[in-house]
Amino acid sequence: MTRSLAANALIALAFLAAGLMLVVPVALIFSFALREGLDVYFANIIHPNTLHAIWLTVTTALIVVPINIAAGAALAWLVTRFRFRGRQLLISFIELPAAMSPIVAGVVYLFLYGGQGLFGPALQSAGIQVMFTPLAIVLVSLFVTAPYAARELIPLMSQQGTEDEEAALSLGANGWQMFWHVTLPNIGWALLYGAVLTNARVMGEFGAVSVVSGAIRGQTNTLPLQINLLFNDFNVTGAFAAASTLTLIAVLTLVIKSVLEARQNG
Amino acid sequence: MNKLLASAAFALALAAGPALAQPTDILNASYDIGRELFEAENATFVPAYEAANGVAVTVNQSHAGSSAQARAILEGLQADVVTFNQVTDIDRLVDGGFVAADWQSQFANNASPFYSFPAFLVRAGNPKNINDWADLARDDVGVIFPNPKTSGNARYTYLAARAWAEEEFGGDQAQVEDYLTKVFLNVPVFETGGRGATTAFAERELGDVLITFEAEVLSAVDLLGADKYQAVTPSVSLLAEFPVALVDKVVDARGSRDLAKAYLDFLYSADGQRIAAERNHRVIDETVAAEFADRFPEIRLVTVEDTFGGWDQVSEEHFADGGLLDTVFVNQ
Repeated sequence: MTRSLAANALIALAFLAAGLMLVVPVALIFSFALREGLDVYFANIIHPNTLHAIWLTVTTALIVVPINIAAGAALAWLVTRFRFRGRQLLISFIELPAAMSPIVAGVVYLFLYGGQGLFGPALQSAGIQVMFTPLAIVLVSLFVTAPYAARELIPLMSQQGTEDEEAALSLGANGWQMFWHVTLPNIGWALLYGAVLTNARVMGEFGAVSVVSGAIRGQTNTLPLQINLLFNDFNVTGAFAAASTLTLIAVLTLVIKSVLEARQNG
Repeated sequence: MNKLLASAAFALALAAGPALAQPTDILNASYDIGRELFEAENATFVPAYEAANGVAVTVNQSHAGSSAQARAILEGLQADVVTFNQVTDIDRLVDGGFVAADWQSQFANNASPFYSFPAFLVRAGNPKNINDWADLARDDVGVIFPNPKTSGNARYTYLAARAWAEEEFGGDQAQVEDYLTKVFLNVPVFETGGRGATTAFAERELGDVLITFEAEVLSAVDLLGADKYQAVTPSVSLLAEFPVALVDKVVDARGSRDLAKAYLDFLYSADGQRIAAERNHRVIDETVAAEFADRFPEIRLVTVEDTFGGWDQVSEEHFADGGLLDTVFVNQ
């Protein structure tokens, strides 16, 4: 079947629009980052504060993603394998962090653990500093990305039902054996997909982190905060160099996601 | 599971970090655009301190709007010293019990090692012949300064213009308000902060004159070229202090008082003052000020205390909703 001229024109238009609105900005990041040459680009990236921001962002993701994947799997298990009063309410609660603005999450944490907050004074008198440390960044990241894994798993696990697991149990498997050999293989791809989404969100989070970070250079500045800071300091090349590392991570994440999807469908 | 435990241990280790005794690092919580200045100050202070005391130290920096920094410290940001550009923001720390009430007498010159004031930046050759506050109300002059509702910088501009007008019109309020209204109507767009206003004037080429701190005016000339812009010093302006203070609650808890005090003292030393002067801040050390006399023309400065009765009164009379600012800021 041959396409009409109009259809081809529309397809061309879609490519043009996508190119202008999506590809050009991304290309611009790299052209700005590299406009003073490769040596300046690398000098910007290995600047101790930027390097520390990359380290902090990656470390935060390495802590947050496994915790939220485990918690998300447990939650999805609970709400799809058991029927209990308040189940729907619990499902709604899981969605809450995704529905509210991250800045609200940051402010809420400040009011919980800040010096004038609910637990802050008690923690401070015990010598524990939560706000404006990497711990605060990990905590808000956990909160903000809490729903992503469960969101991926709940529809899949509801759809799959419990038959495979019941079969395993009736054949004499214990709980862990059933989980490792039956449940996990069934939900594996969804779990990985959830991890990819969680990771992207942790690394890119700006609003919530900016409230609780304290913006101490080389200590509590994550990559998005560092980009914002360099930009405000008129260091455009440095800002775009830092942005390019975040973009590369995003592209890598997308590639992993596409590969996972292809394998899941194929 | 091991990963989880390791993560938890890591998080705990991070949390326990600041509790270590005998710190060799301090945190300077500072205003938004002070980064280059304090990076340069730190680069000289650190080796000087090590040479004198045999201890290698680190000065960490955190920069944001000074009101935001004050809030963060009240919420627990462990800043040993503050170097702000608003006296009122240190007063908020006093109210919160973080800074001693007599902080302004702990260091010289009301605890303000540097100062500046609102000055003018015009295009090279001064084509519109803008020389003093009177010119800002002319019909043919476009004026750029940020929004006084959001910018401390612009509050100084408003007060400086008002101080000039009060003198010029002998305190006739109708004439003062008429003048200020005309100045505000000459502003095509109100940016939220000082840097935004500089960008609007320099890169978007809006207006004929930018009003901002002299330090920013002179830096803009340095950065953007004397062939494009020139500084104009008005006949009178309003003293803008850059106050510093020890955060007593933090230095006492951390045991970092000596190092923190040494750092603030350094800002008053000849070296510290010279670094500030090189970055276009007026300094109080007379020898250093004399070295940089070419850069800083003479000017008569009035103070918020003498002209307006202090910051508390200013906040109440001028900047509260429905205050004197709102009567002249008709195009907000």
